[in-house]
Formats: sequence, C-alpha cells, structure tokens
Amino acid sequence: MSKEWPLWEVFIRSQHGLAHKHVGSLHAPDGEMAINNARDVYTRRNEGVSIWVVRAADIVASSPADKSALFEPSNSKIYRHPTFFPMPEEVRNL
Amino acid sequence: MYAQMVDTGLKRLRGLEDMSPQERAFQQRIDDGVKIEPKDWMPEAYRKTLIRQISQHAHSEIVGQLPEGNWVTRAPTLKRKAILLAKIQDEAGHGLYLYSAAETLGVSRDELLEALHAGKAKYSSIFNYPTLTWADMGAIGWLVDGSAIINQIPLCRCSYGPYSRAMIRVCKEESFHARQGYDIMMSLCKGTPEQKRMAQDALNRWWWPSLMMFGPSDADSVNSAQSAQWRIKLFSNDELRQKMVDQTVPQAEYLGLSIPDPDLKFNPETGHYEFGEIDWTEFHNVLKGNGPCNRDRLRTRVNAYSEGAWFRDALVAHAEKKARRVGTTPRAA
Repeated sequence: MSKEWPLWEVFIRSQHGLAHKHVGSLHAPDGEMAINNARDVYTRRNEGVSIWVVRAADIVASSPADKSALFEPSNSKIYRHPTFFPMPEEVRNL
Repeated sequence: MYAQMVDTGLKRLRGLEDMSPQERAFQQRIDDGVKIEPKDWMPEAYRKTLIRQISQHAHSEIVGQLPEGNWVTRAPTLKRKAILLAKIQDEAGHGLYLYSAAETLGVSRDELLEALHAGKAKYSSIFNYPTLTWADMGAIGWLVDGSAIINQIPLCRCSYGPYSRAMIRVCKEESFHARQGYDIMMSLCKGTPEQKRMAQDALNRWWWPSLMMFGPSDADSVNSAQSAQWRIKLFSNDELRQKMVDQTVPQAEYLGLSIPDPDLKFNPETGHYEFGEIDWTEFHNVLKGNGPCNRDRLRTRVNAYSEGAWFRDALVAHAEKKARRVGTTPRAA
C-alpha cells in the first residue's frame, strides 16, 4: 500500500470577502498539489480569489469543551461595544 | 439511499433508562439538536454506523461517475459534453467531502478504499445498472439525482457536524445535476418521434431502480429506528419514496412521457400518488452483487486504483525530492 498523503485544511477568500474561510480538507503529497486540488475541488463556481492550504497537523485549535472557561472574560465586558454608551441626540459625530 | 440499509449493529432500541450516564448525556445532546463533533465522546455503535453510512455514500459518488463517464465521448454536442463532464467532476468532489467527513471518525482513506475494492463495503444499488443510450443521461440526472436531493436535504440537519456540513455543500451543487438531466429529457421530448421514444425507453428502465434507491419499507427496521433516535435518519424510506413519486409524476406529464406503472393512481383523499408493488428480489439481488454491472463497476474501480499507483507514487517521490533540494525534511503524514 503506498504512503498516505498528509491532510491539508483549505481556506478560501472570496472576491468580496475580507478573510479566508475554512471550506474543507483534502489529502495531497505537497503544498503545490494541495493548492491545485483545492482549486479543482473548492472553487468550481468562482468561490474564491485566494487559496491557503495548511497541513492539518500544524493547526492548533481550542477545545470545544473549554469554550465557556476560555471565552468567559469577555462576557462581562460589554463596555467594549459602542452601544454601551448612549449619546445625546443633539451631539453629532459620536 | 446512496447509503442503503445501514447496519447499526444493534438488535433493539434502548430507552434512556437502559443507557449509561455518558450515553444518556450524549442522547440528550442529540435530542436538544446540538451537533456532535469529531472530538466529542460518542457511543461506539454511533461511530461505526456513521462510518458505514458516510463511506457508503462516498463510494456511491465515486462509482456513480462510471455510468455517466460511459457517454462523455458520445455526447450529442460539445456543450452537452462539457456539462456532463462538469457534473461528473462534481461527483468526485462530493466523494471527497464525504470521505473527509468519514475520516474525522477515525478511519483512513486507504482503509475505506480497501473495503470498497475488496467488495466488503457497499455503494448504492442504482449504479449497477447500465447506461444504454444518451437518454439515460437525462433519466439519471432527473430521477437519480432528483431522488438523491430528496434524501440529502434532511441529511443537512443530521446530528453529526461534519456529515451535515458536507451535505449542505453537496445539496447546493446537486440541483444543477437534476436540472441538467431534465433539460436533456425536455430536448429529447420536444425533438423527433425517435428521440422521444428514446426518452420513454430510458424512463422505463430507470423508474423502478430509482424507487428502489430509497430502500425497502423500514417501518419494522431496528436499524432505521436506531438511526432515527440518533437523528442520522430523519424520515423513513417510505416517506422519502412517496415524496419522490409525488413530485416526479407531474414532471413526467409535462414531458408527455408515461410512467411504467399501470397501478399508478392519484388519490384525491390523501393527496398522494399510489403506486405499484416494487420487486424487492431484484434490489436484494443487485446488492448481493448480481446486478447487470456490479462486477464491471468494481473491476473498473480496482483497475483505476492499481493502474494509477505509479502516478500517486511519483507525486510522493517528487514531493520528497523537492523537499530534500530545499533542505527541509518532508514531515510525516
């Protein structure tokens, strides 16, 4: 049985997008083939103008189980949003 | 459907009282509509059932390229050829999304392909029938992809995250498949009497196998009940099949074609079409390996894999050579 290819995660930025979005994964022997295959599989309908491929093994992800503890600090800091500060109607440009 | 009669390995449905606390918590998440993700704890039977179902689905997509591949060199126009090629490419993509989803459950691509090539893993019965005329391309897109859509839309809401997300992407692409097929049927039915006869012949051969795609009636099936409890299967085989018939009959009427079922009758009280008995011995025989094309399909797949080995090996050799030249060692898979 031939050697198994590494797994790559594929991120695409659309024409009107600001950030690359994760669209799926694929196996490929190297980065060049990963980009080519990602183009063939994930952009058949003009989904993107830019492709990033990252070896899945290089991705470090937060654990779903840690979600509440990890993101707790921002729950009580709603003053980070402008809407926390109502401004008088007659005051402009704030 | 593409995955038919998936074995859950369980003999009876268990209530919450019969489950361990861990299983009960798992079942509670499913009942609450929370998606199960790859790193979450899950019962071994749930994992195994999903591996079976998702891989069968993936195998179906890849083997499903073969009946249509048969007509690429004989499409009537360049436009039809390009469109057919685009559909076949989509099927490869669908196979990939589904293999990827299956692999999140702890199985490798090589293992899955080995099971297919050894004849241990199944794929949908429908792909064991031959494509005898160009009209078959129309009938397949219309009836087979049409049936797939009916099955796949509920799967977008299934409990396992990677599978449901793969299905969302698949469904977006599947509608073009169905329309492409119906478009072919419309051209043929508006053409010469000979073309219309060819269209009718294709419908005659693909109608019953398409109804069989949904699998036998599962009112008494423990496997179906378990899959429903796990929110993998959201509707019964009969419900989905009825939906397919109800929506397809008017489409056939528009084409001026007749469905090859003398017992087909609209029931104004129920609002549904009643249809004739399905010959399930044919279905089981095809699943056993005795359909018209089973051996041919598997042989083609195995040959493609073994004859393509040099190319895969060359890609690896090239990658390793390039990495050595650059002075980095290729990292382990």
